[in-house]
Amino acid sequence: MIYLELYWEFFKIGLFAIGGGLATLPFLYTLAETHGHWITSSDIADMIAISESTPGPIGINMATFAGYQAAGPLGGLVATLGEITPSLIIIIFIARFLGQFDKNPYVKDGLYGLRAAVVGLITYAGLKLFGTTLLVNGSIRIKETILYLVLVFLVLRLKKIHPLYWILLGAILGIVLHLPS
Amino acid sequence: MKRKEASMWQLYLTFLKIGGLTFGGGYAMLPMLQREVIDIHHWVTEEEVLDIYAIGQCSPGIIAVNTATMIGYRKRGISGAIAATLGEVTPSLVLITMLATILLQIQDNIWVQRAFGGIRVAVCALITQSVFTLSKKSLIDVPTVLLYVATVAATLAFSLSPLMVIPAAILYGLVVQRLKRRKP
Repeated sequence: MIYLELYWEFFKIGLFAIGGGLATLPFLYTLAETHGHWITSSDIADMIAISESTPGPIGINMATFAGYQAAGPLGGLVATLGEITPSLIIIIFIARFLGQFDKNPYVKDGLYGLRAAVVGLITYAGLKLFGTTLLVNGSIRIKETILYLVLVFLVLRLKKIHPLYWILLGAILGIVLHLPS
Repeated sequence: MKRKEASMWQLYLTFLKIGGLTFGGGYAMLPMLQREVIDIHHWVTEEEVLDIYAIGQCSPGIIAVNTATMIGYRKRGISGAIAATLGEVTPSLVLITMLATILLQIQDNIWVQRAFGGIRVAVCALITQSVFTLSKKSLIDVPTVLLYVATVAATLAFSLSPLMVIPAAILYGLVVQRLKRRKP
């Protein structure tokens, strides 16, 4: 039955892809080889494009899209449920374990280092995003960079404004300023 | 800061909002997540979000889903974890299944491309803000600042995976705190 098979294939992806949505890509390419009637590599290219321009986590968007291509709306649902099942089980176990050791001094000392490194990892991801957004072939995109500086200045000053409005403003300015330049 | 309780429905709706407003991968959810679960609902603290994010990164699966599951579990146990996770994936499910074919056609549309050109810049600005606010709670002394700089430099230079960075950072924390206590 295709739904069971879809669930199982995406369960495996959810279990083995570590490091977020894009980490599922190599698994999807393998899936295109073994289950060419579900998705092809050109479907995957479309998926990446769609996932990046649709709200929601990229990994989930890709699972939904692949499941949908393979077996319609129910296929999309089943693939997504398959992909999130391992997370649910594993994270609940980790949460239980951590809950018991919250006050443990070793856990506290470990978290002291961990938090600084996580901010470093977020900075790294941010810089990579800046690279693709603000640069093109190694040179600076002027319009984007100026807009970025203005927005950072405003965002840091007007802290009460919900991120939603900044994204809306970004969309409007993108149209007005004819981005990407 | 006092943490507030959450109902299942609130968990579902809040993560639905976060999922529906995240453009890009797991990191893009961070500004939305901070605003909703820290500033508006007071469910967790800044420090907890960092811990949860670290766990989400080095556990299998999608970071955004891992984060939703963890926060849902902390507030309402297993059913809270399920409610938050289903909320997080609902926008993708609805949008992609309803619009898959249309989306393929409109993504070449010039207006859509321009709007997304602007959205990506806004997301960059929001992530900068996240880094600023989170660093206040995590870069608290010289050793943590050094570790931060080393992490950014090492990931930029060698594209180190979080799977290597995170255990190293935990070990660093254990050693530094032990050395600190030894000094009078």
